[in-house]
Amino acid sequence: MKTVIGLEIHVQLLTETKAFCSCSANVFEKAPNTMICPVCTGQPGALPTVNKAMIEYAVRTALALNCEIHRFSRFDRKNYFYPDLPKGYQITQYFYPIATNGYLELDVGKERKKVRIRRLHIEEDAGKLMHEGDAITKAHHTLVDMNRCGVPLIEIVTEPDLTSPGEARRFLEKLRSILRYLRVSSGDMEKGALRCDANISVVDEKGFSSNRVEVKNMNSFKFVEKALQFEQNRIIQALKSGSNVEKETRGWDLTSKTTVSMRGKEEESDYRYFPEPDIPPVVISDEYIEKIEESLPELPDQKKDRFARDYGIPKLDAEVLTSTRELADFYEECVKIKPKPKEISNWIMTELLREMKNSESEVVPISPRHLVELIELVETGSVSIKMAKEMFPEIFATKKMPRQIVEERGLKQVNDRDVIEKIIKQAMEQNPKAVRQYRSGKKGVLGYFVGAVMKQTRGMANPQLVNEIARKLLEG
Amino acid sequence: MFRSLTIEDCLNLNREDLAAESVKEIEKMEPVLKSFITVCKDHEFHSGEFAGIPIAVKDNITTKGVKTTCASKILENYVPPYNATVVEKLLLRGFTVVGKTNLDEFAMGSSTERSAFFPTRNPWDPTRVPGGSSGGSAAAVASGEVVAALGSDTGGSVRQPASLCGVVGFKPTYGLVSRYGLIAFASSLDQIGPITKSVRDAAILMSVISGKDAMDSTTVDKNIDFLKDIENGISGMKFAVPKEVYDYEQLDSGVAALFDEALKLAEKLGAKIRKVRIPSMKYAVAVYYVVAPAEASSNLARYDGVKYGLRVEEKGLKDMYKRTRREGFGEEVRRRIMLGTFTLSAAYYEAYFNKAQKVRRVLSSELDSVLTENDAILTPTSPITAFKLGEVKDPLTYYLMDIFTAPANLAGLPAISVPYGFSNDLPVGLQIMSRRFHDAKVLRIARSFEKNSPYNSNGRIRLPVVRA
Repeated sequence: MKTVIGLEIHVQLLTETKAFCSCSANVFEKAPNTMICPVCTGQPGALPTVNKAMIEYAVRTALALNCEIHRFSRFDRKNYFYPDLPKGYQITQYFYPIATNGYLELDVGKERKKVRIRRLHIEEDAGKLMHEGDAITKAHHTLVDMNRCGVPLIEIVTEPDLTSPGEARRFLEKLRSILRYLRVSSGDMEKGALRCDANISVVDEKGFSSNRVEVKNMNSFKFVEKALQFEQNRIIQALKSGSNVEKETRGWDLTSKTTVSMRGKEEESDYRYFPEPDIPPVVISDEYIEKIEESLPELPDQKKDRFARDYGIPKLDAEVLTSTRELADFYEECVKIKPKPKEISNWIMTELLREMKNSESEVVPISPRHLVELIELVETGSVSIKMAKEMFPEIFATKKMPRQIVEERGLKQVNDRDVIEKIIKQAMEQNPKAVRQYRSGKKGVLGYFVGAVMKQTRGMANPQLVNEIARKLLEG
Repeated sequence: MFRSLTIEDCLNLNREDLAAESVKEIEKMEPVLKSFITVCKDHEFHSGEFAGIPIAVKDNITTKGVKTTCASKILENYVPPYNATVVEKLLLRGFTVVGKTNLDEFAMGSSTERSAFFPTRNPWDPTRVPGGSSGGSAAAVASGEVVAALGSDTGGSVRQPASLCGVVGFKPTYGLVSRYGLIAFASSLDQIGPITKSVRDAAILMSVISGKDAMDSTTVDKNIDFLKDIENGISGMKFAVPKEVYDYEQLDSGVAALFDEALKLAEKLGAKIRKVRIPSMKYAVAVYYVVAPAEASSNLARYDGVKYGLRVEEKGLKDMYKRTRREGFGEEVRRRIMLGTFTLSAAYYEAYFNKAQKVRRVLSSELDSVLTENDAILTPTSPITAFKLGEVKDPLTYYLMDIFTAPANLAGLPAISVPYGFSNDLPVGLQIMSRRFHDAKVLRIARSFEKNSPYNSNGRIRLPVVRA
């Protein structure tokens, strides 16, 4: 059995204004119908004008996805009736999309696999419906919020090159990382800034392919994987039992954790596409494209390879460190101040990322100086590695410099030979049996004396020094 | 005498009471003519070059806070939250908008009989139609209810009523006047234009309303002086007359005779007349009635009862849509929506819409090539004069009246209708069409006919006397 998956992804662009009017495009969680104007609410006589930044963002994304950029593209109207679509048509690019024929590389095992991009085009978002009551079928009435109408989107359509639900998820995560690197989208699936529909079919051992099923309503990376896993199993079961897989659209249902049928193929619409007469064709020059190409940031894959090569860190480290542009920048700044690439990587991968995950922070709240100073405190023996790790959450939460915390907490490591000697001598007097054991060859007893010092100094004694002194005294 | 005043006449008058006088005339003549859907009785006196000059605006052009209905039940109570760009421009230069004029519903028609509210009458003979779809504007100007008016022209809707009412109607080059706030019928064809009592007034209004508009991306940046050469005459010009004009069976003999007379006058004034063939002209109406309804079917989708306008409550969304649109739109509008929905459907797109687009390009290039060798193409504006209300019932006959006017819209060319004589006491119009952005030339040629027409006195067109 072979699974075949293709994705259709909608990405909200982070432009300042909407696609075809000057309303702010930042409409998330704004009071309903406050971010609107005659254009985006489809008032009679209003006309669209193209947001230039939107074209630029689309070209930027298309270049990062290795697409062919078309010097000539055009907008078309997709006609259908729905209350969230005030004009009765969506402005999109159907006949001549701005970009086609790209790919995104995905590391699958040891191989780097190309997932082909069929097309990338620009369109406008629709509004939101709020059904009064729990379910659309039970609602007494429905309210329309038009804030989202006209927010710019790009739609990215892949070829059916993905072979498992996990791969689909990884593709999306990689895409999100690229979108964020490009700063064209927040890529938040939970907030609807990245939306994904999937087409899935399964081919059996004899080469017989099931019908294609479209799966919708998957609003997180986890749900994409879960829904596709469910759907994959459902189709395989059907193939095994010899029953027919309907060509239909199914939606992921959160409560039942299954996919449920939304509509069959007989309900497919005819969108009556035709060229949008209100907007002249989009004609872009080679110079325009070159300029955007030059301004592209280093992308995750390039950065990952460079980190592994230049800093001599493992591939896994490089992958994690380059997962976001901010984290990668943080790493590089740290290394610049303190050329200890592996040590810094370890700190970031364990301590920093754990704290970020726990606090659900998407940004690095501390500065490279914080981390470097902490590492230096360990280096000079001012604090033990254990103490440093204990201090980290406080540094992360309060953004206090490590030295300050050491002083405030009186955490400074005990490096005073006299103090340590005094404690060990005391312990030797109290437990002569242990001394004898050590001297008769039971070297493991050393731990008892080290422990005694740590107990007395509340763990702040320099462990190396304690070991050295204890050994010296015991050996007499 | 208020009724005969042109914009230029007004410039030399005390204009404080002109708007009130206009309203008085409207009140007097409306029982007979019914040119207006809304009359604005309270006016602010705006300052500016044209301060206080009363003008009417077709009721498919938005006016902030003033009902804009498109003569449709579906927008019967729609009050726009914004002014069309042309309205802004009028107000900025001082004009006073005294009312919103009647039209065929959504500008779909050539007689103003298809207004959902009432038909408008022709000031020359109230038993006859004023033409359309800007029939309200043409009747208001011809009767002297207002000094001038704006109309919109998708297939002849400014020129044909101007012709039937005996006034000047100008359709500018596509892209010269902003469509922002013009309630769309067929976006690639629609253009706002002036209806006036003189060619010079049309030129004046063009200088007010034209120009690149950030709100309409199909507008272009062209600085045209419409008045500079307007009096320079036509001596040495070459005019093309399509032989297809004479092939047309429905051409009224009186119209044909006056047209020939106009051509002779042109020759007398030093122009050369050349008969040409424009083979695709015979497809213009067919192409027009594919393209325009297709765009209209999409443009009118927004009238769904959800956001504004009429809503007929029903259980369930689909039934609300259906009832609202069935009751909100008149028969002709529904016919065109259905036509357009059909020609855009996936199965017929190639055979109809795309084929029509191709023929449209062929027609455009034929017109362009004629116009590179000639200064203008001359035709009658309308093959017939004003007909009686209810006289034309068959949609096809009705559509075929656009034969001479539709080509300018399909090719985006400037074209004007200027009065030239009378057939059976009804006005006849001469159409002058030229290359894109040669709008000033069109006005100049029209002015020459206006100045020298034996049917005018001192270069002023004759106006009807409405008894009310």
